[in-house]
Amino acid sequence: MSKIAGLSSTLQQLWAEGIPRIPLAEWTDRAIAYLTVHCSDATQAMSEFLRERIINLQDTLISLPPEFIVLVFVLLAWWLAGKKIAIFTAIGLLFIINIGLWDVTMQTLALVIGAVFLCILIGIPLGILAAKSHTAHRIISPILDFMQTLPAFVYLLPAIPFFGLGVVPAVITTIIFAMPPVIRLTDLGIRQVPEELVELGKSYGSTFMQMLLKIELPLARSTILAGINQCIMLSLSMVVIAAMIGAKGLGGVVWEAIQTLNMGMGFTAGVAIVIMAIILDRLTQNLGKTTRK
Amino acid sequence: MHKIDLQNLTKIYGSNPEKALEMVRAGVDNDTIRQKTKLVVGMRQVNLFVDEGESFVIMGLSGSGKSTLLRCVNGLIRPTDGQVLIDGKDIVTMPSGELLQFRRRKMAMVFQRFALLPHRTILHNVAYGLEVRGMSRDQRTERAAQAIKMVGLQGWEDYYPDNLSGGMQQRVGLARALATDPDILLMDEPFSALDPLIRQEMQDELLEIQSKLQKTIVFITHDLDEALKIGDRIALMRAGEVVQTGEPEDILLSPASDYVARFVENVDRSKALTAGAVMVKPRAVVHPKDGPRTALHLMERNGLSTLYVLDREGRLRGYIQAEDASALVKQGHRQLEEIILEDVPTALPDTPLADLLETLAHTRVPIAVVDEDKVLKGVLVRGSVIAGLAGERRPENE
Repeated sequence: MSKIAGLSSTLQQLWAEGIPRIPLAEWTDRAIAYLTVHCSDATQAMSEFLRERIINLQDTLISLPPEFIVLVFVLLAWWLAGKKIAIFTAIGLLFIINIGLWDVTMQTLALVIGAVFLCILIGIPLGILAAKSHTAHRIISPILDFMQTLPAFVYLLPAIPFFGLGVVPAVITTIIFAMPPVIRLTDLGIRQVPEELVELGKSYGSTFMQMLLKIELPLARSTILAGINQCIMLSLSMVVIAAMIGAKGLGGVVWEAIQTLNMGMGFTAGVAIVIMAIILDRLTQNLGKTTRK
Repeated sequence: MHKIDLQNLTKIYGSNPEKALEMVRAGVDNDTIRQKTKLVVGMRQVNLFVDEGESFVIMGLSGSGKSTLLRCVNGLIRPTDGQVLIDGKDIVTMPSGELLQFRRRKMAMVFQRFALLPHRTILHNVAYGLEVRGMSRDQRTERAAQAIKMVGLQGWEDYYPDNLSGGMQQRVGLARALATDPDILLMDEPFSALDPLIRQEMQDELLEIQSKLQKTIVFITHDLDEALKIGDRIALMRAGEVVQTGEPEDILLSPASDYVARFVENVDRSKALTAGAVMVKPRAVVHPKDGPRTALHLMERNGLSTLYVLDREGRLRGYIQAEDASALVKQGHRQLEEIILEDVPTALPDTPLADLLETLAHTRVPIAVVDEDKVLKGVLVRGSVIAGLAGERRPENE
């Protein structure tokens, strides 16, 4: 008891004298300021490139006749998830048209498509790298933990100095938030390939790419698709949050409703988000199962 | 030159094996090495050779190092020390590009759990080895179809592995290996995961295919009956070491150590032992030209009531009985010809004892062991058969 009392008094003394506060906030500010100054050319160029493509995609989706998009979704749902989901998709999308949120829904969809596309493009190679190299795995793993647990609002802020306001920082933050499951599950899927099948590949003289394309990726397929499904769901939720930095879309409507305390508008946009979430989830949930019976 | 020649092969699992390797060379046992260096010795100073066209079985319990050994042969595991010579070339030091070609052309592996790719049809599974080799689609489809036919699975080409039973799946595994037309088949407990009946069927099928193709086979098993059936020669492993190498009967009849003796204790010897292994030299034989008096004399001296009759080339003519011979003497005849009885039970040297036990129980004369030309090689008497089944080495003369 006396020991503990002694220790606590020492701590109190130290506290009183003052351990200098670690200036993490200042360091962060300075680092971001430095990066903004020195990397802004690169980020601005990338930003332009991305903005153009995402805006293009949004415009295309909005300019297409809504009936056509509904039809495509219904057919996809029928093929991938069956009749019930197809009917739900039809009713859900027609409802969105009916409540007048079609254009903003398409804006959101374009953001999700853009973010998920980039997540796959970057995430799958990183997942393969993590599966193949212990060092890469050890480096990537904690970064992914960090990306997933750091509150999304925290990196919404620094995205602005790098990429300005609008769709680009929205997509970038969405990628940061939604990519981890793609990397993790690609890594896991490849690691889960049975040892005997890896030996099979090697013993018959397969090259690295043959192993990957003929054995590992096909066997990891359903795990990777589960990762993509999670990525889509996370993207959708993040795209809504990213409305705060000017992403517009359904999230923009929700954000506006919050600022004006317009509960009816907020709820309607919320329902539209739920409908999109259910449709996207059901469509991609069954991707791994359908192709072969 | 041997087809496969393993020289002084040692595998130590773990990093920095130098110290452990020194200890292996100094003869320190595995447990001590593990305690002192925290490293596991998988295989220690194995010397083996396999000749072209030979079926070589490596037998041992789990953890005896037999899988490690097999995987060193195709380079899946890199030995810590020693050489793996295949057609005289050391694959341990071979550049990786050359090793790749080696694996594609020279050898193929059959796996315990079949290792079929679930997303490919049977045809495309069988064609895998040809596909990675870069063979054109038409050519590999044709070769794969041939291999599928060889294992009796025609008609199943377009099914997926999970539609097939275990036995059929392993046929696919075998077909995949045969499709690449390798010199060497590496078989890693290929039938262990199958039901006993299916296992026997597959063993028979392998023997049949082997009699046609004459591949060099390295076959791993923990089942002694299987080893005795498949192997031209057998190596028995324990704790990473080869404790005995020899033909099946050597292992059965003269085990090199107590360990081997205990291992072979429970085997069904009647299936593993052949007539040739337990036969004895006949104590006496007569020729048709010999008179009945000579025959009677021989019987009397050797305490026999029957005698085999051989012609001048050593071919079995039949046997004579003592009472017939003495009747002949009384009648004053000099030729044995007329009393030769021809209903002799015979066996080939490689007939398993299991097939002969019933005959042996009822016959009045010993079973004659003859080769394809009817030349007498030896005889089976009850005593020598029982001794063989009991695990005793055959006495040279009886």
